[in-house]
Amino acid sequence: MRSLLSFRHGVHPPDHKQATEHIPVRRMSFPDEVILHLRQHTGKPARLCVKPGDRVERGDVVAQADGFVSSPVHATTTGTIVALELWPHPDGSRSQALRIAVERHSAQVPRPRLVPEWRTLSAKELIAAIRDAGLVGLGGAAFPTHVKLSPPEDKKIDTLLINGCECEPYLTADHRAMVEHPEKVQHGIRILLHALGIERAMIGIESNKPDAVEALRATLPDDLDVTVHPLRVKYPQGAEKMLIRALIGCEVPSGGLPMDVGVLVQNIASVEMIATVFESGLPLIERTVSVTGGGVRRPANLTVPIGTKLRDVLDACGGLTEDVEEIVFGGPMMGMAQADLNVPTVKGTGGIVVLSKGESRQGETHPCIRCGHCLDACPIFLNPQNLGALALARRWDEMEAQNLMDCMLCGCCSYACPSSIPLSQLFALAKTSLRKSSIKGKAA
Amino acid sequence: MWSVVASLAPVVGASIWFFGPSALLVLIASCAGAICTERGIAGTRALRDGSGTITGLLLGLTLPPGIPLWMAFLGGAFGMAFGKLVFGGLGQNVFNPALLGRAFLQAAFPVALTTWPASASSWWSLRGDNFALPLMSPQVPDALTGATPLGLFKFEGQGTDLGSLLVGSTGGSLGETCGLIILLGGAYLALRGHLNWRIPASIFASVALLAGLLHLIDAEQYPGPVFMLFSGGLMLGAVYMATDMVTSPVSGLGCWVFGAGIGALVVIIRIWGGLPEGVMYSILLMNALVPFINRVTQPRVFGTNLGSSAS
Repeated sequence: MRSLLSFRHGVHPPDHKQATEHIPVRRMSFPDEVILHLRQHTGKPARLCVKPGDRVERGDVVAQADGFVSSPVHATTTGTIVALELWPHPDGSRSQALRIAVERHSAQVPRPRLVPEWRTLSAKELIAAIRDAGLVGLGGAAFPTHVKLSPPEDKKIDTLLINGCECEPYLTADHRAMVEHPEKVQHGIRILLHALGIERAMIGIESNKPDAVEALRATLPDDLDVTVHPLRVKYPQGAEKMLIRALIGCEVPSGGLPMDVGVLVQNIASVEMIATVFESGLPLIERTVSVTGGGVRRPANLTVPIGTKLRDVLDACGGLTEDVEEIVFGGPMMGMAQADLNVPTVKGTGGIVVLSKGESRQGETHPCIRCGHCLDACPIFLNPQNLGALALARRWDEMEAQNLMDCMLCGCCSYACPSSIPLSQLFALAKTSLRKSSIKGKAA
Repeated sequence: MWSVVASLAPVVGASIWFFGPSALLVLIASCAGAICTERGIAGTRALRDGSGTITGLLLGLTLPPGIPLWMAFLGGAFGMAFGKLVFGGLGQNVFNPALLGRAFLQAAFPVALTTWPASASSWWSLRGDNFALPLMSPQVPDALTGATPLGLFKFEGQGTDLGSLLVGSTGGSLGETCGLIILLGGAYLALRGHLNWRIPASIFASVALLAGLLHLIDAEQYPGPVFMLFSGGLMLGAVYMATDMVTSPVSGLGCWVFGAGIGALVVIIRIWGGLPEGVMYSILLMNALVPFINRVTQPRVFGTNLGSSAS
C-alpha cells in the first residue's frame, strides 16, 4: 500500500467515532430560551445594537462587528430580548450575553432577504458579505473568516487547503457534512477560490473516512484544480501546521501564519456554512454539533441553534446516563470541560463529548520519570518534559525562550504522559500569563 | 512500573535455577534493604509505584550468589538512600540507584564482590557464606571459588563456549546468566513502551562494532563481539539498567549517543582496565553526562531554522 501523507510525531488515541459516524444529521426543536454571548469569536466582542424588550426575528442582527477583527452576532431564534447579563461562557469565564425568550408557536421563518449572487460580486464585496453573515472558523478557534480572507498586500496566497481531517476522537459532524452534502462543500470551495482569486484547492481527509473521500471525489468540479487527499489517521492531523506539512510538505515558520507559505486553511464546517450563506441568505445562526460519548443516552449529529443551553442539547439526545463523569465542549483532546449545564453553545462549538466513568482519563498525577514519551509525541518538537518542570516552578520567561509560544496546546504530551501530568494545561496557563505580562509591559 | 518487575520474573527464576537458594536469599536481602529504607525515609506512599522493588531486584541481580546477606541488605539501603532519596525521590536522581548501591559494595567489600562459587554439589547447597555475621569476614574455602567467563579470559586467557554463554550456565552474578531470557524481557517492555529500545540497540551496536574491530586486528588478544555481548553483566546492564528512564536521555538521538558511550566505555574498561568487567562504571559515568546529552540533542523545533533544513 502506498504510504499516506502525514506529519512527524503525534499520537494515536482510539477514535470512538463509531457511535455517531453513520447517524444522519437531524435538527433539534427550538429551546425555550437561547443565550447569545457577545464574544462568539476570537477578537473584539460584538457591539450590542438591540435592547431588552425588543422583539427580534430569526436572522436579525443583534450585535455588530466592533472593528476589523470582530464579527456580528445574529438572533438565532425569533423571540424577545429578556436581558443583557453575565452568563457562563464555554471557555470557563463569565461574560456579557443576551438572553432571548423564544416565541412560542412561532414558525421561526426568517425575514425574507436578498440572496447575494456571489459570481457577480468582486472579491471585496464577497468578503464583506461573508463578514455581514457573521462567519467565523467553525473548527473551534472561531477566528473571523473575513479577516483570514484579507491577507496583507505582501502575502500572496496560491493554495486553499480544506481541512476534512476531523482528527479529534469522537467528533463526526464534519464527516457527516462531507458524506451528506459534498456538493455544498464543493460550492463553498468555489466561492472561497473566487474570493481569493486563485484556482487551486486541496482537501485533506483522514483515511478512516473512505465514504467522505469517495463523496468528495465524485463531486469534483471540472474547471478548477481541486484534489482530494486521504491522510494517515493520526492526531493532530487537522492542526493547520500539520495539515500543511502533510499536503504541501513545508513547515510554517515559527511564530508565522499559513499565509507565510502561501496557504489558507478552512475547515469543512466553515466551507459548508459559506455555501449555506450564499444559497439561503441566512447568516450563521445554527450549526451541526456532534453530541456523543458514553455518558449520553442517544448520541447524535444535531443541528443546534447557536446559543442553545447545554441542558437543552442533552435533553434532545435522551439525557445523561448514570455513570456520566465529564462533559467537554469540543473534542476530548483540546476541548474545555464544562462546570455548568446552563452554559450555551457558541459559534465555535462543534462537539459536545459526554464522557462516562470508564472513558474519562482523570488519573492521579505522579512524578515525572523523564521517560521522553512527550518528546516523541510533540508534533512541534518541543521538550514538554522540561517545559513542564519550568511551568511548575512558574519560570514563564525561560519557557518562552524554549519556544513555548509555538505550542498549539494540542494535548499530545498530556495524552502520552504515563504519570498523568497535565502538561498542556500547564502550558495554557504559562501562555496566558506571558500574554498578560506582555500586555502590561506595552501599557507601561 | 510493576510490569518491569513482572518482566524480571523469568530472569529471577533463571538465577534461582542456576544458583539455588542462595540466589533467592540474596534477592530478598537486597529488596528488603531498598524497600525498608524507602519506607523509613519516604513513607508508605512512595512504595506503591514499585520502583523500590525494582532497585532491590536489579541490585541483587548484580551480586555474586555467595555474598553475605547483610552486605546485600546494606547495598540496597545505600542505593535507595544515596542513589535516589537524597535527590528528592522518584524522577529526581542522577545515577541509577541499583548501580550506585553496587558501586558502594564494590568499593567497600571488593573481595566478597568478586568471589564466585564453583559448581555446587547439589541445588540445595548454599553458594557461599550467605549467613556471615555483619562485619565478619566470610569463610570461603578456596576449593569453592570459580571464575566468570570475563575473568577467565582476562587473567587466564581462556575462552568460554558460546552455548553456555547464551544459556547462562557459567559463573558470575545472579543476573549474568541467561542473556536470551533478558532479551525477551526487554522485548516485552519495549513493546509495552516501558523501555526505549534505542538504548540497548545502541549499546549492542557499539560494543559489537568496537569489539569486532579489535578482534579483526588481533583475534588472539581481543575476544570476538559475540563473547563480549553475552558475557558479564552487559545484557542485564543494557536492557534493565541503562534504560532506567529517570537516568537516561529524553530524546531519541540522545538515547543513541548515551548507548554508544556506554558501549565504548564497556569495551575500553574490559580490555584495557584493571577489572574484568566495566558495565557498572560505564553506565554510571554516562548517567552523569545525561543532562549534557539532553541539552545538546534537543530536536529542532517545528518551523525554526528553516533556512538550513529546507534544502
